[in-house]
Amino acid sequence: MLRLLNFLFHYRAFLTFLSLEIFCAWLWVGNSQYQNTIFFNTSNRMVAEAVGTTHRISEYVSLRKTNEELSEENAQLRTLLLQLNRVEASSLPGVDSLVRYEFVSARVINNSVARFKNFITIDRGEDAGIRPGMAVISTAGAVGKVKSVSAHFSVITSLLNIDEQVSSVISRTGNFATTQWDGTDPRTAQLLYVPRHVKLLAGDTIVTSGYNAVFPEGILIGTVKEARLNKEALFYEVRVELAQDFSSLYYVRIVRSELKSELDSLERVTIGKQP
Amino acid sequence: MNRSGILVVLYFVIYLLVQVMLFKQLVLFNTAFCFVYVAFILLLPIETNSMALMVVAFVLGISVDVFYDSLGLHAMSLVLVAYVRNFWLKLITPQGGYDAGQGPTLTVNGVQWFVVYSLPLVFIHHGTLFFAEAGGFGIFWYTMLKVMTSLMFTMTVILFLQYFSIRRRR
Repeated sequence: MLRLLNFLFHYRAFLTFLSLEIFCAWLWVGNSQYQNTIFFNTSNRMVAEAVGTTHRISEYVSLRKTNEELSEENAQLRTLLLQLNRVEASSLPGVDSLVRYEFVSARVINNSVARFKNFITIDRGEDAGIRPGMAVISTAGAVGKVKSVSAHFSVITSLLNIDEQVSSVISRTGNFATTQWDGTDPRTAQLLYVPRHVKLLAGDTIVTSGYNAVFPEGILIGTVKEARLNKEALFYEVRVELAQDFSSLYYVRIVRSELKSELDSLERVTIGKQP
Repeated sequence: MNRSGILVVLYFVIYLLVQVMLFKQLVLFNTAFCFVYVAFILLLPIETNSMALMVVAFVLGISVDVFYDSLGLHAMSLVLVAYVRNFWLKLITPQGGYDAGQGPTLTVNGVQWFVVYSLPLVFIHHGTLFFAEAGGFGIFWYTMLKVMTSLMFTMTVILFLQYFSIRRRR
């Protein structure tokens, strides 16, 4: 016993080091893999307010651009309204899918594009009905997925996160694929698992598939910038130019899917998917 | 608490605030980050017990992580630096040893010694940080580019701050 204590005392620095490192690694791996509602991130009210203050300064610099984007969206909505007035609502295509989703708009108060795992903080939280796992979109296209939520703020896993995969579809051909960021250029992502037989062209639009019930169907992700097919490769190597420029993201919309829990429980019963 | 203890707490808060308020927004060429808070661990007095060093590094790292949404990542890298620091200090002791009660600063030991002291430690920190963030060596060269450009950025800022503090002392 004494020898054991002696041993522990002798190596106390190394043992402290080891236990701290293991604890940190556990936090890091656990934190980046699971959606959760934890206190130790920028959804924490105090942190969010501090972070939001610094963001407001940089936001002020780009007011002009934000203004342009908002007026553009305004114009789009006006044309949509005109069309709606003309056509009877029930005959509109896609109305069925519209009813399944509700939108909450929020302001971005913290954002990054240069890291391998980028996150976005917004100024709406649980009180606005936001829950982990919900999809986040902007006027331009898909943005990400809600990761953790506090009373008034939420943290979103950006599409620019090497762990984030989005089920996508090539709208011209109807083939399914997966969009994933490779960690380098914040303007482009990779499209994985596009099989050889597909005739892929530069300029093809990539939209969300709606297979996982997170994103609504048909949200724009980007356009194919360059598609390469190596000899003997099973899949294309595709670079997709993202529709949303993440370095100037100021307003987002959170998609509340009314049917997500229903779909999940149905899948659990039929396929046996674990919660 | 004595005077130097209060100073340490003050520096802790200043380094943390400067990191999360100012340098968090400053990313050059999309690859070069500045993690100036490493200097806080580098510049603590030479006699500091390595256990205390690691605990302080852990607390500072976690605090930075909360702002970066990367719980555990910065803490992991900084605890490693804190552990290695005292061994490295012992290894590069200048002739005649260190002056008692002094920090391992540029003012006391000269610019050459200071670069030899801080460069490898900052490199260890950045290397651990970026490769852990990338989740391995999958994108090795791009990660390495990030490590090297960030190393230059951080070192420039740390050296600049050291010169600045000399100026003020005179």
